[in-house]
Amino acid sequence: MNLFLDATDPWIRVSYLQNHAADFEADLAEHVELTLIAVLVGLLIALPLGVLIYRRRGLRNPVLGVTGVLYSIPSLALFAFLIPYTGLTYVTAEIGLVGYTILILVRNTVVGLEAVPADVRDAARGMGYRPLKQLLWVELPLALPSIFAGVRIATVTTIGLVTVTALIGEGGLGRLILEGLIRDFKTPLVVGTVLSILLAAVADLGLAGIQRLVMPWSR
Amino acid sequence: MSFLVKVSAWFLDPVHWQGSAGVPNRLLEHVLMAGAATLVAALIALPIGIALGHFGRGGNAAINISNVGRAIPSFAVLVLAFEVVGIGAPPAFIALTLLAIPPIVTNSYVGVKEVDPDVKDAARGMGMRERKILFAVELPLAVPLIMAGIRTSAVQVVATATLAALVAWGGLGRYIIDGFAQQDYVQMFAGAVLVAALAVATELALGAVEFMLVPRGLRESGAAPAGPPQAKAA
Repeated sequence: MNLFLDATDPWIRVSYLQNHAADFEADLAEHVELTLIAVLVGLLIALPLGVLIYRRRGLRNPVLGVTGVLYSIPSLALFAFLIPYTGLTYVTAEIGLVGYTILILVRNTVVGLEAVPADVRDAARGMGYRPLKQLLWVELPLALPSIFAGVRIATVTTIGLVTVTALIGEGGLGRLILEGLIRDFKTPLVVGTVLSILLAAVADLGLAGIQRLVMPWSR
Repeated sequence: MSFLVKVSAWFLDPVHWQGSAGVPNRLLEHVLMAGAATLVAALIALPIGIALGHFGRGGNAAINISNVGRAIPSFAVLVLAFEVVGIGAPPAFIALTLLAIPPIVTNSYVGVKEVDPDVKDAARGMGMRERKILFAVELPLAVPLIMAGIRTSAVQVVATATLAALVAWGGLGRYIIDGFAQQDYVQMFAGAVLVAALAVATELALGAVEFMLVPRGLRESGAAPAGPPQAKAA
């Protein structure tokens, strides 16, 4: 069946849905995996980096300034910078995705730590907390709502950015969107778009639920 | 290092600076398209956001529109626009304008809404009419956030315009997409340099405009505000 330039192409072709359900599942799973790795690795790097910037005041404005500028670099350009070195690989996709999550999470970590009231810090010091204990038991818990807000933004943003990685051979649900473009065929495009939006919505609501459960003080 | 030498040679080759596929023309296309989309989006979004903020209505809708916008992949918006209106500049313009609207609505809403009620009361007490309060008090105080929204949108539009090469439009994204398709990594890398430079220049230039538009009275606080980055569409 030649679908190209098919003027009668409907927005949803049911037979395609029935034949490709397994593909959708695989693409969705890959999308989730790419997102999870990006956010988790980003968090592992961003948390210590955020704490370091918080401790060394002189680093704050330079680092946040530079991360803000790096954040404006389009993802397609970033991937194009990486391809000559790391090729059309999963690694290339993840380096780009992790990079953007770091930029979001570092900022939210620093902002959250800075918002800890000076009185609270004084009280902790007065009670004999050492700096490390104060960080772990007082400052980080109070910064957690801001960090968590960063995780939500990073997750939803990454889910959107993953679709672009279809152009470098990864992409999860982005592959369906690209297929819709290349074959001028609406059904995979609609499926990829809808599933991607649903995934973002579910992830955001799920994270909001987790936040309520583990951080009752942030309500 | 020889790869970067080849990229430098690409930039030095006069062939790449002439004609419709040359850097100056591609840059002009990119800037005009991004500028037009951001301008039209601002013309649509500012009245909505400012009105909602002034009357204090529809707050959830104004906030949620940018959350929803974040969840919709810009790549998908572009391809959907292509399916509806065909190839070339029209789908690119439509997609970019749609993507630029949410951050401007949300930021202008929050900016106007968050103006200190005491300040508005004082203005009213001084005999200012509602229209005067809006234009002489609320809007100047909201300018930093409004401009931040426009900057966010503009940077996002510059980034997404790169993808528009996929729907057979020009712009700097052509070098990346064509270079990739032809496995000409030198051209692709050179395109990435140009696109990244334009995005960073947009961010810095609009940041400077934002700073200049901040009323003097609001400038005294020393630390740069560090809100979270608001949008990353492409």
